[in-house]
Amino acid sequence: MSSTGFAPPPGDTWDYDALDTDEMILQMGPQHPATHGVLRVELRTDGEVVRAARPHIGYLHRCFEKHAENVDYPGVMPYADRMDYVASMGNTLGFALAVEKLAGIETSPYVNTIRVIVAELQRIASHCVAIGTYAMDIGAFTPFLHLLRDREKILDLFEWTCGARLLYNYNWVGGMSHDLPDGFARATRDLLREFDAVTYPELVDLIITNKIFIKRLADVGVCSTELAISYDLTGPNLRGSGLARDLRKDAPYCGYENYDFEIPVGDGRFGPLGSCLDRTWVRVVEMQESSKIIHQALNRLEKMEKTDVHETVPRRVKPPKGEVYCRSEAPRGQLGYYVVSDGGVNPYRVKVKSPCFTALSVFHHMAKGMMIADVVALIGSFDIVLGEIDR
Amino acid sequence: MDAKAIHDALVGRFGEKILSADLEAVSPFAVVATEAIVEVAEFCKSDSALAMDNLMCLSGVDYPKEEPPRMEVVYHLYSYTHHHTFALKVHLPRENPAVATVERLWGVANFHERECWDMFGIVFAGHSDMRRILLPDDWEGHPLRKDWEDPEYYNGMHVKPTEQMAERAMGGEAIGVGPFDFTPPNANVETE
Repeated sequence: MSSTGFAPPPGDTWDYDALDTDEMILQMGPQHPATHGVLRVELRTDGEVVRAARPHIGYLHRCFEKHAENVDYPGVMPYADRMDYVASMGNTLGFALAVEKLAGIETSPYVNTIRVIVAELQRIASHCVAIGTYAMDIGAFTPFLHLLRDREKILDLFEWTCGARLLYNYNWVGGMSHDLPDGFARATRDLLREFDAVTYPELVDLIITNKIFIKRLADVGVCSTELAISYDLTGPNLRGSGLARDLRKDAPYCGYENYDFEIPVGDGRFGPLGSCLDRTWVRVVEMQESSKIIHQALNRLEKMEKTDVHETVPRRVKPPKGEVYCRSEAPRGQLGYYVVSDGGVNPYRVKVKSPCFTALSVFHHMAKGMMIADVVALIGSFDIVLGEIDR
Repeated sequence: MDAKAIHDALVGRFGEKILSADLEAVSPFAVVATEAIVEVAEFCKSDSALAMDNLMCLSGVDYPKEEPPRMEVVYHLYSYTHHHTFALKVHLPRENPAVATVERLWGVANFHERECWDMFGIVFAGHSDMRRILLPDDWEGHPLRKDWEDPEYYNGMHVKPTEQMAERAMGGEAIGVGPFDFTPPNANVETE
């Protein structure tokens, strides 16, 4: 009896077992369009099924941590910008918060409100890319164009604010580089009016409630809550697995406790909880929640007494000897900075806990047994940015 | 639980193995004996009052100027149930630093420990896949150590600015560094 289950014809000497295909090693990347940067995934495949997967990273390694030890604290900011280049505001905010916590600097409510506004605008802009490229990964090209068009409007606001469209260097230790320009609140309201009434409903219609999109993703890449916690998935990836944990609620910074917003959680309404669809769903709904926060922050900003945004910027940042681990909720999850100071002008050690890095660490676990086409869907659903993984 | 209560719970259970602690620090931590780190970590994770089910961060730090010189591995823990954080540290010698892996407790430690090995040369005994992660496989040395010096060449490419490049840079010239510097190494030899 051969392995195919049929008895061989009489006189047949062919070895049917030899027909079993060998496992094939497939190198996916580093120039693969669906790997969101330069990620190489080594797949051991049996036909279309992945038997084992191994991610290889480091192609974008720019020695952030080593650079940080050789420049002073404000000098780290531009490097921090360049880690997660899709959501730079979140990176610099995290580092600013860490150093402020270490040096005991208290920023004014005005600065905090500006930070909330730009961080949430950045969250919307970042999710635009995340969802757009994800839709493109699995075969829908139009949403990508629509979403980049909408992201562009937010980048215009940022350009108006600080002169840069991608890498802002806007958050400083103890303040901001510039005050918001006159008329910023009005322009942002105009943008949000369009976002709430047109962009967001259109996005929901076009992608997240689209039957094809749902059928494609509702059963793919299921991540249980235990697995998510063990591999330190955070942000939308964790919330997609059904755990409502958000640092903006759990350990508020920048006055997030004063805002009224919901934490969207994946509910597995079309398939098992924690699927690729749930993670994307969370991102989409988060954009609306961000819009809510920005509305409240703008109202608050207009009633607030304007203070100098450089008021608490120290002339020389020199935190006392000590160390701090500070987390903030970046668009991709919890971004942690471990900063050690020896009392000098340069940081003694800066370690970044990147949410994408930890999200990729679970990849080999989940890719096992998947189809190759689903591996693409899985990578995209984690919303990884290789610049942040490799640092 | 606050840091003091966590520390008390650890000391109550492990006594001598908790070597020291700083509970007044911005991020409080306790130093654990190297050989006890796995059992302490396991206790932190499984004890229902602590329930630190999340390893937020694992970092190495090099302290060559301390007396005695040492390396540290820092484990930042968080509890999703109780919302408290705490850090554990182990002190390692700078020569052949090694500590047991905690990969079995938290899956994410796999990547963090590989990075720590890559950057500091700290060996995590029992780790399932101890390879470099960010640097290329043929890289020599561990660059985040404080005594690190840039190599002159990597695979035939200049990776360290030469004296003559430094001179040109001081003269205001924009020069390439690393793989983009095509200046021949002996260009400063006078040809006249």
